[in-house]
Amino acid sequence: MDYFAQQLINGLVLGSIYGLIAIGYTMVYGIVGMINFAHGDIFMIGGFIALITFLILISVGLTAIPVILLVVLLVSMAITALYGWTIERIAYRPLRHSFRLAPMLSAIGMSFVLTNYSQVAQGARVKPIPPFIKGGYTLHESANGFVIQLSNIQIMVVLTTIVLLAIFTWLVSRTRLGRDMRACEQDQTMAALLGVDVDRTISMTFVIGAALAAVAGLMYLLYYGLVDFFMGFVAGIKAFTAAVLGGIGSLPGAMLGGLAIGLIETFWSAYFSVEYKDVAAFSILIVVLIFMPTGLLGRPEVEKV
Amino acid sequence: MTATSHETTKTRRSAGIPFLLKTAFINAVIALVLFSLMIGIRTEAGSDGQLTYWTRFGDLASLVAAVFGGSIVIELLRQWIGATGAEKLVPASVQNGVSFIGRYLAPALLIFTLLVPVIFYNQRYILDLAILVLTYVMLGWGLNVVVGLAGLLDLGYVAFYAVGAYSYGLLATNFGWSFWVCLPLAGILAAFWGVLLGFPVLRLRGDYLAIVTLAFGEIIRLVIINWQDLTGGPNGVSGIPRPSFFGIPIDNSDDGLAAKLGIEYSPTHRIVFLFYLILALALLTNWVTIRLRRLPIGRAWEALREDEVACRALGINTTTTKLTAFATGAMFGGFAGAFFATRQGFISPESFTFQESALVLAIVVLGGMGSQLGVALAALAMIGGFELFRSLETYRMLVFGMAMVLIMIWRPRGLIGHRAPTVYLTKAQAISSDLVKEGHG
Repeated sequence: MDYFAQQLINGLVLGSIYGLIAIGYTMVYGIVGMINFAHGDIFMIGGFIALITFLILISVGLTAIPVILLVVLLVSMAITALYGWTIERIAYRPLRHSFRLAPMLSAIGMSFVLTNYSQVAQGARVKPIPPFIKGGYTLHESANGFVIQLSNIQIMVVLTTIVLLAIFTWLVSRTRLGRDMRACEQDQTMAALLGVDVDRTISMTFVIGAALAAVAGLMYLLYYGLVDFFMGFVAGIKAFTAAVLGGIGSLPGAMLGGLAIGLIETFWSAYFSVEYKDVAAFSILIVVLIFMPTGLLGRPEVEKV
Repeated sequence: MTATSHETTKTRRSAGIPFLLKTAFINAVIALVLFSLMIGIRTEAGSDGQLTYWTRFGDLASLVAAVFGGSIVIELLRQWIGATGAEKLVPASVQNGVSFIGRYLAPALLIFTLLVPVIFYNQRYILDLAILVLTYVMLGWGLNVVVGLAGLLDLGYVAFYAVGAYSYGLLATNFGWSFWVCLPLAGILAAFWGVLLGFPVLRLRGDYLAIVTLAFGEIIRLVIINWQDLTGGPNGVSGIPRPSFFGIPIDNSDDGLAAKLGIEYSPTHRIVFLFYLILALALLTNWVTIRLRRLPIGRAWEALREDEVACRALGINTTTTKLTAFATGAMFGGFAGAFFATRQGFISPESFTFQESALVLAIVVLGGMGSQLGVALAALAMIGGFELFRSLETYRMLVFGMAMVLIMIWRPRGLIGHRAPTVYLTKAQAISSDLVKEGHG
């Protein structure tokens, strides 16, 4: 039971990270109708930028951890968002009215570019950082000595996710930008006729998605203490699985799907085999798409002739 | 950073030097922010696990300058060339030219290919490269059945390649079966896996299908890595026997092919044999595809690509149509895999990554999706291009990714962007592939 509770905590933390990435997939899919293949690599870039900012801040002599975290968060969000914006501008916008395969292939190409760009720029080796946020709480200690622990970093990941989700939900449901986004999602031509700047709205979607991915990258860096250039690929597919599981296009669904994938992966590694945890995640993607193509919270797609 | 349709309209209104400089300056500033940390700072883990960093402001400055200059050049080029109008029907002069070239290019290429081992007999490097190109031509033609003809987007094609390679590798090393027995078996096993994948994904379309096939490809690779008892895991399978000339080994022994023919043995014999083997396999793929296109099943594939709903309304069984497409494509992938295994003598999961799938798909799309000649030319261009960047190993995939993006922007319909229809009323008129659907999945 204690082991289960510990895995539950670990799974929820991992799921929060997946959920943050999944939101980027689901938003872009909702509006542009394409799988942004490069999104997982945006997450990786976010992690790298956070790492480099950390290094600079520490070598400058800053010691106050809250200040460091805040600066790193803002810098990595800003720069990664610019990456998202640039990628949309270069690789996706010229292809918006092209045939269906084109943006997908362009996105795959962009994913290769980002992966290899960071390999060339920062080297192929894994980059570790020392643990920044130490300590935690012991929730429960059982008779046989097994301890359920909740570390501060885990609390921070979950809290950040909740706060970001609140801000993001407010943004989508209450602001002008959110209304534009929802309008573009339903009907781009009509939205344009009614004075919505579609180009700008789509750009902003990519910017927000990339900023959330950057936060996920930072959380990953803090939680696991390392980044490498290839981490975006698998994390990206898992986050996409999460988005599909939750119902693509649905924002609460993305978070829910993220949590589900995080929990499934953690429990699978804990009770079955660590080697096959990715196989489990990918199998879930296939099974979900076959039996529940609209996901948990998605709307069924109507096929028009 | 650079080209957008939105910007083009603006350019035509105010195309002065101040505008040019302003655009270039903005692009340079964006580049500066993008590259500031990733290029300007280089991190590396030291021997004690401690991260260190050093600055590379020189590289950063030259990159930003390159972006500044590059955006001026691109902007100027765009103003000179202007927007190219999209023509739906290929003009008669171009069509005549294309059909003239098309009529003579393919046989000329074939004759040249047949003569390659004669011309380059002493240049081992070129022969090896030619074998590699032909392998990808075959893979491209195989995937073309699935993507180009049936319009099913398959991102996990390398899985069937892997199935073929491991089928031969394991059967040959464990049971000592010969290549010629294993070759059909590898094809059949791969086709079986194609059907196995095809069944669950029948209802999926478009991007969903793409992502599921990708997941399938990754699952196969992960299973190969982790099922160490069978596949040797990351260490792969080694000592895979070389192919024989229908039972006669091609080696230096007394009953080898050279001894039987009464000529002196040279290691090049085996390379030449492999060359003709893959050429025969590739031509078989091409021939079967061309023949199938004229059979009801091939017509059904193309109908499926054009409109699945109409297809169903006309009474075509979409289930069998999709499954046969998957199985046929997978079978050729399996053949190619078996050939790969026998050529290399060693296979490991590293050869079957997603990058391979993307490369083959890029070949098919660059070749114009459905054009056999286009796929062959695209394979030559891609693999040849890869070889050019061989010395810059780390930059290779970077350039490949950029090329993929640029090709999609420049010619999303591929090199040969027109199709000769398979069925016509009185006269075959090539149409721009803008008019051809690419299927919903």
